Formats: sequence, structure tokens, C-alpha cells
Amino acid sequence: MQNAVLDGGFADPAREAAYAFRAALNAMARPGTIQHITGADAPSPCSPAAATLILTLCDPTTPIFLAPSHDTAAFRDWITFQTGGPLVPAKDAMIAIGTWEALLPLDPFAVGTPEYPDRSATLVVETETLASDGPVLRGPGIETTARLTLPEIEAFQRNRALFPLGLDFFFTSEDRVAGLPRSTRVMEA
Amino acid sequence: MTDQAYNFAYLDEQTKRMIRRAILKGVAVPGYQVPFASREMPMPYGWGTGGVQVTSACLTPDDTLKVIDQGADDTTNAVSIRKFFEKTAEVDVTEKTAEATVIQTRHRIPETPLTDDQILVYQVPIPEPLRFLEPSEVETRKMHSLEEYGLMYVKLYEDISRHGEIATAYAYPVKVQDRYVMDPSPIPKFDNPKLESAALQLFGAGREQRIYAIPPHTKVVSLDFEDHPFDPSKAPHACALCGAEGSYLDEVITDDQGGRMFVCSDTDYCASRRAAGHVGAMTSIEGATRMLRSASPDQTEPAQ
Repeated sequence: MQNAVLDGGFADPAREAAYAFRAALNAMARPGTIQHITGADAPSPCSPAAATLILTLCDPTTPIFLAPSHDTAAFRDWITFQTGGPLVPAKDAMIAIGTWEALLPLDPFAVGTPEYPDRSATLVVETETLASDGPVLRGPGIETTARLTLPEIEAFQRNRALFPLGLDFFFTSEDRVAGLPRSTRVMEA
Repeated sequence: MTDQAYNFAYLDEQTKRMIRRAILKGVAVPGYQVPFASREMPMPYGWGTGGVQVTSACLTPDDTLKVIDQGADDTTNAVSIRKFFEKTAEVDVTEKTAEATVIQTRHRIPETPLTDDQILVYQVPIPEPLRFLEPSEVETRKMHSLEEYGLMYVKLYEDISRHGEIATAYAYPVKVQDRYVMDPSPIPKFDNPKLESAALQLFGAGREQRIYAIPPHTKVVSLDFEDHPFDPSKAPHACALCGAEGSYLDEVITDDQGGRMFVCSDTDYCASRRAAGHVGAMTSIEGATRMLRSASPDQTEPAQ
């Protein structure tokens, strides 16, 4: 087995996961802000930020979907070794990882049920650019307005229309993460 | 047994991941109660096991933790939870609201306004605001999903028809971001306006196995009627120790002659005001003299 599969986990799991979760929590609670998140290192093409999110949130109880952009043998092995999370089709996933284009279409992902809207997928979207710029965000966690570089607008407006059902998003780039919960309204800048 | 016998912040990593996923979904759907697999904690249910599990999942080694019970830092529950995390997470602790990054609370929101780098964790006994109106979980879940909150308004209306006003004084129901009706835990309704905060607020109910959240700057409206608007009332007194007129007060019985005093329930707020030179009726010379005089038997009104 390659070292790339065995390496790249947390050196100090409890504390590193605690820092990483705080970054993820701040990202989700304050859409548009960009948080620093590191600790894990997965085989290419996964960014350190997405790898850290996976180690923080995934274990054998979280079915994971790998979009074609990230569905490599090395990355599959890394996830299986590091988290034990089963790799599943999009419709069964609690967590999905990939580039925006590779994750589309969003329709198969679980959006929760009216009684249990929490039973919805969280999508980790790998992006090249991540900045507080672009479309305007309003909603919980945002005092007036915020901005975040998003791959498109309409998909997030459709997602918001499902509220309280819907998907929740993390956007990751290198060692940075931003969040976009289903409660956020996205508008043209 | 050494302190290293515990994982960081006591809970094992798989449990923390489960709680963390629940917290993130709670943040994404403000006011919605996310089920979670609450664990046995080394303290009984009703002592803040929900809050402790949420705090455990959120703490980082850099945090400074404050724990309050009914506003006080020095009560049994607050002291033991603070010591618990001092021992298992080796975090700094404080009694000062402004210095804390994570505040676990039982039944109060601190008087000092919270900032956007703070997290407030509530201990919640009964998370379901509709529970005393509808005992079935299946039914209350359906009511939330249909946004069917008529029953709650009927309850508030019955208060008015019976007492002339909405008599609910604590655990006063709120609507979060125009969608979910939520129990803010048994905080006095005086604290309800503070639910709209710059801080992230997380709620943990251990026995009932629910986690919910209010993200920063989220709209939180206390339920009311146009002709009976919400009134965050408090005792019409000033604090006897620091003279504060805008803080929530505890009534303290001082003797068996009907003597009583009102003091800030937020001990840190009261202590810092006194340190800044503020005085109340019992801490100023004139006030104390007046109180002593009124308490002397020959001038006391006969008991009713």
C-alpha cells in the first residue's frame, strides 16, 4: 500500500479536529466569511481544506460520494483508510466531494424530509478561487450583506426555495473554507 | 488516574463527530431541533449534559470558558462544569463575560452584550416548545413541518383571557427567521431580546437528545399579539448592590420579617459595576441607614 494512503491524517486527532471543526462551524454560521482550516493532507486532487473537513466530519456512519473529479483510486483508498466511510452513489450520500461541474446535477442528493430536514447532504465543493467577492448573500449569520465567489447563482436560489429542506455547502480551496447553508439568499451583485 | 486518561474535552472522537454534524445541520436550519445520540455523561440528566456535550464538541485548546448557572459563576452546577473542562480539556476559564470565547449557560443570557467571536451554549431541559400542548413527538414534528403553530397562539391567548396578559415569564416561545417556533430554554423573557445576537448560540438537550442553533444576526421574534405586544418585564427595582436599573434581578429574602433585597442575577455584571464604583441601596451609607431604619421593629408596618 502506498504511503500516500496511510499518511496525511491528523497528527493530534482530538485537538486538530477541534480546530478544524471550529473553522467549519464559523464558516457555516457566518456565510461569506473565509476560514483557515488545515491538518490533513489527502492525495491529489483533494485540497488540504477538503481533506481536513472529511477527517473532521466523516466516519463509518457517514456515506460519502466522490464526484468524478475526485474519484481516483488513491483518494478512495485514503478516505477508506482514514475514515472508514462507505463510498456510495450521490443519492445515498451524507457528504459529497468534488468540483462544482463534477457534482452537477444536484437533483440526486438528499434534501431531507419535512419532518427531518437535517437528513440532507452536505456538499464540499472544491474551487480554485475563494474570496469575499461576487454574488450578494443575505440571511442568518449575516448582519447586513456578505459576498462570496460562487460558481453560479440560480442553483443556490433553487436550493433556498426548498427551505427548510435543501443542501448545505462548503467551498474549499487550498487551506481555506467558506460555508453556504440552505438558509442563505443569494442575489446578483 | 491522570488527566491524560481522558480524550481532549472528555468525549471520544466518533461521538464528537456525530455531535458536530448535528450542530452544523442545526446552524443551517435555525431553530430546528436536530436529533442526536446523546451520551451518558459523568453527571445526571438535568445538570446540563446536553450543554456539556455541545461544549465538548466545540472547545478548542485556545478557548477561554465561562460557565454560568442562573447568571452566577459560583453556583455548584457552574463550578463543577467549569472544573470538568479545566481538567479534561485544559482550557483557560474565566468569570468575565468579555474574556470568554465559549460560555455555557443555564437559564440566563449575560447582561454584557456578546460579540461575534463568542459562542453561547445553552443547557436545555425540554427543547420542544409544543410539548406541554401536544405530548406526541410524531405530532409535534408534523406541526413543525407544516408550520402549524396555532396551538401555541391559543395557549398565549388563554393566558390573556385568564390573567389579562401573557403570563408566560420564562421559556417564552420565539419564532426564528420567520420559520420555526423554538423554546429558548428557561431563560426569563427579559432575556428574549438578547437572542438576536452577534454571537453564535447553540442549544443542547441531553435527556431529550436534541441540538438546535441560532446563527449570529438571526431574526428572533417573541410570539405576541398586536394588541398584547411582547413585554420583557423585570422586577421594578434597582440592584441593591450595584444600583443597576436595567439588569435582570433575583429576589433574596434577608430575614423572616418580610425583609428582602433585589440583586443582579448576573454576578459578573454586578461585580464589575461595583468594581467601577457603582453603589446600590445596600452598599451606600445613606441607603444602608434607610434600610436599617425601615427594618427596625417599631417602624415596620404590620404584616398583611
